Parts: sequence; C-alpha cells; structure tokens
Amino acid sequence: MISLFYLGSAVALIASLLVILQRNVVHALIYLVLSLLAVAVVFFTLGAPFVAVLEAIVYAGAIMVLFLFVVMMLNLGQASREQERSWLPPRIWIAPSILAAALFVQLVLVLPAQDMEITEVSARAVSAALFGPYVLAVELGSFLLLAGLISAYHIAKR
Amino acid sequence: MHAIPLEHGLLLAAALFVIGLVGAMTRRNLVFVLMSLEIMLNAAGLAFIVAGARWANAEGQVMFLMILTLAAAEVAVGLGLIIQMHKRFKTIDIDLLSRLRG
Repeated sequence: MISLFYLGSAVALIASLLVILQRNVVHALIYLVLSLLAVAVVFFTLGAPFVAVLEAIVYAGAIMVLFLFVVMMLNLGQASREQERSWLPPRIWIAPSILAAALFVQLVLVLPAQDMEITEVSARAVSAALFGPYVLAVELGSFLLLAGLISAYHIAKR
Repeated sequence: MHAIPLEHGLLLAAALFVIGLVGAMTRRNLVFVLMSLEIMLNAAGLAFIVAGARWANAEGQVMFLMILTLAAAEVAVGLGLIIQMHKRFKTIDIDLLSRLRG
C-alpha cells in the first residue's frame, strides 16, 4: 500500500508537469486524465475508496469528456501548434517558476511532520455525514450545479 | 493498517498546486489555463483528503465532494465562455482577450 502511494504520487506529479509543458491540447488532456487517475490511486491508499471512485468517474470521466468535446468543437489544428510554439519561448517560464518555487518552499516549511495511521473511512460514513450535518451544503451544491448548467447553456448558445 | 507520513501527502498536494499555478501563469491558451485550474482544485481536494485520513474523519471526503461540485460547475461555465470567445474573436489567446469589449 505504501509503495502504491509513492508510485501514484510520482505518476501524478510527472503527468501534471507534462500537462503544462505540452503544446498539443489533446495530448495535454490525456496526460491530465492520467494525472487524475493517479490521484485517485493516492486517494485509495489514503483510505478513501468512495472518493477515489468518484474521482475516476466524475473527474477523469465526465469533466475530461467535456473538455475533449470542446477541444473537438474548437478544432485547433496544426496552425495552433505553431502558435503555441511562438507563445511559449523559454524565457516566459522563468519568472512564474521562481515565484511558484518560492510559494512551494513556504508551503514545505510550514508542513507538520507526523505519522498518520491509515484507517479506511467507508462510503457509509461519508454518506451519513453528507445527509446528516452537511445536508444544507449538499442542497447548495445542487443549486450551484443547476446555475452552472443554465449559464453554460445560455453562454454557449448564441 | 499501514502508516504514511502526513507531510508526504501534504507535500504531494503542495507540489501539484504549484505545478497548476505555474501553468495558469504561463500559458496563453485558455484551454490550458482551465486545465491548470483543474490541477489546482484537485490538489486542494487532495489536501482535504489527507487531513481527513490523518484524523480518520469523513469530513475531509465531504469537503472533497464540494470541491468536485465546484469544479464541475466552473468547467461547464468556463468551456461555454471559451466556445463563445472562439466564435466571436476566432482566438482563445487570453492576451488578446484582455480588453473586455463586447
């Protein structure tokens, strides 16, 4: 289980790096799916099987298919690949990378060091929490999804 | 059960977040910016899951479900905006779309 955690972490990190370095949109999308699936494996090793399955179905399945359809509708071909090359000279990467590295160092410095014993939190416990104390949040989440659906339909229609 | 150091899980979340941040700052293609946002949201959710695993608590997973909902709504609206921009301006370069004139 522990080696699975580190394997999943390595795959997730490498795939995410490849996503932002990629020039071809479809290749980047496939790498993003790989990254999300690796994170799903990490969730599973962290004792959250319900969320791991949801990550694979909703994130890597539904949201990525949405992305794929839009990329196919936009029909970005060879011309956009040339454009990407001219948009991304290496010097553009320097300043954001330094800033992000500074943020990363700060985050590393504040991390607490302790071991955690992994015990599985079952789907039953999560559902009991969702429909017990957090039922209002679930309702608000459904409002948010409805608003997103309607506005996406309205924006993309004309 | 097995034990994983807490800081390794949080380190993974921080690294993923920073990778997404670099992507959101450098890319000019709007689709890539949205994908970087997805990576960042996912990293935040991972931090919640790690914290939930540390205290063997269901609340972390509940918060991840909220983030999942937010990401789905955000992607739907963002992709709709991308389609609309591509229709009107024939480009999805955010540097050209920065003037906010209809």
